[in-house]
Amino acid sequence: MADQKEMREVYVETLMSLVEEGKDIIVLEADLMRATGTTAFAKKYPERAINVGVAEADLVGVASGLSAGGKIPFAATFGCFASRRAYDQFFLSANYAHLNVKLVGTDPGVTAAYNGGTHMPFEDLTLMRVIPNLTIAEPPDAASLAAVTRIAAETDGCFYLRLQRKAAPQIYPDDETFELGRAKVLRRGKDVTLVALGTVMVNEALKAAASLAEEGIEATVIDAIWLAPLDEATILANSPSGRIVTCENHRVTGALGSAVAELIAEKAPGMRLARIGVAANLFGEVGTLEWLAERFELTAPHIAEAARKLMW
Amino acid sequence: MSSMNREEIAALERKAREIRGLTIEEIGYLGVGHIGGSLSIVDILVLLYHKHMKIDPTNPTWAERDMLVLSKGHAGPALYATLADKGYFPLDWLLTLNRGGTKLPSHCDRTKTPGIDMTTGSLGQGLSAAAGLALARAIDKKPGFIYCIIGDGESNEGQVWETAMFASHKRLSNLIAFADWNGMQIDGLTKDVMDMEDIVAKWRAFGWHAQMVDGHDFAAMDAAIEEAKRRAAPGIEKPTIIILRTIKGKGAPFCEGQVTNHNMNFCIAQVKEALVALDVPAHITPELLRAQ
Ligand SMILES: Cc1ncc(C[n+]2csc(CCOP(=O)(O)OP(=O)(O)O)c2C)c(N)n1
Ligand SMILES: [Mg+2]
Repeated sequence: MADQKEMREVYVETLMSLVEEGKDIIVLEADLMRATGTTAFAKKYPERAINVGVAEADLVGVASGLSAGGKIPFAATFGCFASRRAYDQFFLSANYAHLNVKLVGTDPGVTAAYNGGTHMPFEDLTLMRVIPNLTIAEPPDAASLAAVTRIAAETDGCFYLRLQRKAAPQIYPDDETFELGRAKVLRRGKDVTLVALGTVMVNEALKAAASLAEEGIEATVIDAIWLAPLDEATILANSPSGRIVTCENHRVTGALGSAVAELIAEKAPGMRLARIGVAANLFGEVGTLEWLAERFELTAPHIAEAARKLMW
Repeated sequence: MSSMNREEIAALERKAREIRGLTIEEIGYLGVGHIGGSLSIVDILVLLYHKHMKIDPTNPTWAERDMLVLSKGHAGPALYATLADKGYFPLDWLLTLNRGGTKLPSHCDRTKTPGIDMTTGSLGQGLSAAAGLALARAIDKKPGFIYCIIGDGESNEGQVWETAMFASHKRLSNLIAFADWNGMQIDGLTKDVMDMEDIVAKWRAFGWHAQMVDGHDFAAMDAAIEEAKRRAAPGIEKPTIIILRTIKGKGAPFCEGQVTNHNMNFCIAQVKEALVALDVPAHITPELLRAQ
């Protein structure tokens, strides 16, 4: 998969084609333009690329004003700062004000790797999920990212996108179509359903399903793509076993696992749930992605083990 | 004026070259890291830890110690090298930088590393914490100084200017801050990304004693610190900020003064070249590596 395009390139190229098609997009950065890769966008459209310096509150505040002025702002920074350091600006100036701000949080969960615990967003999705009517997505590969970016630009209202910067294994063909709020079923099996979100976890869930199949356990794998609105219908309709394992590169409190727990409690009582994600009592740490995935129990073997336990 | 004589200054300069070498080795053995902003603050770290700070490396939590908040927490590797050299922890810990389970994470963490007084990494937060530490001392009428280092890019953060108001309003003259004015942030030169214009005038307007000195000139920095210490009278006198004109990546031939040196990859061959240029021996020896 070494020749896969980096996800950030896909993000930037999609924004550039949207501009070419006439969308009034403004890219905003807070001294992480080189990290997000939007330098290429800034070169092509210098008047549409704004760097506010190391100032995330201002980043989101200015984006809100640009939106009120009729622009379509895409503001990006590390996910930890997009959520924690600009939360009230995004909550109030953007969402409560019913504007059209697209906020991009890069380096989700353990992909923050060598930047360590201070930079490791395990709570951004939780914070975002409690904002009314906010659309939240974490597309796992290039095709889904391009589609989600396009949907965000073309849909009025605020979005939070979780963006892994590095290349991701291809999951969808380039011409796959995506719809806001619709999950994708990647594999069907009668014994257990794995609902995963984001590059790291969708790939781990697929690996877990493959290894479970060798033991005779048939797993369904759903790529949630959208945390909000969550595709409840697809999840329920594809969980014939009544057993669900949620898989997120995030703390288990408040995001995908919690959303599915709420869904089950209210609409499918009797289903059984296991949540794979970072334990509620842990902060992020520093290390390689592989070391961290092991440390926080996010790997395929952890998912498979959780699935097996539900079978007992 | 600095009270230091020529030998004292030469000793600090030698120590700074050693700490630069150690910092380059520390990051170089991992292969990637925040080298530029680490190297630009080595001289001020050496001056603080080898002359000004009242500390006890065998008792890192001693209540009456002077403290340092490294608000530009990504420069942790330079502080780790300084602390290891001072004896806060063994030198071989430096080889664990950023490796899973390490006590030396990329950004400073008070819960993990002996000698780290405050957790930082989200830029803009450290100076507020330093003001809080200084205020705690003032309330308790305890002596000692709280030092803090912020970056020039970091100075874009609004929170820095909230503390600027606060520390001055509270007359926290036991707080002595430094701004590492290396002229660069991630996306380029600070004057292109976010021009801070007349920074000394800004701090003075916020009620601080402010001056700019050469951040690689020990006598000049020492004189500025001496002056701030002499003046200190918490509750009465204003806090001090010393703007340090520095070179990002100072001392590493492979990246000195280059705008791309914020967080970069480099290899052992470049480490060795740098040690030769600095005229210091390798600290990280084959024996140390084998012991890992
Ligand atoms: C709140 C916050 N936003 C963004 C970052 C990412 N970041 C790390 S260093 C840096 C640039 C800092 O520039 P400066 O303060 O000048 O550091 P130096 O040149 O001394 O390395 C940025 C944007 C961060 N650590 N914290
Ligand atoms: Mg700088």
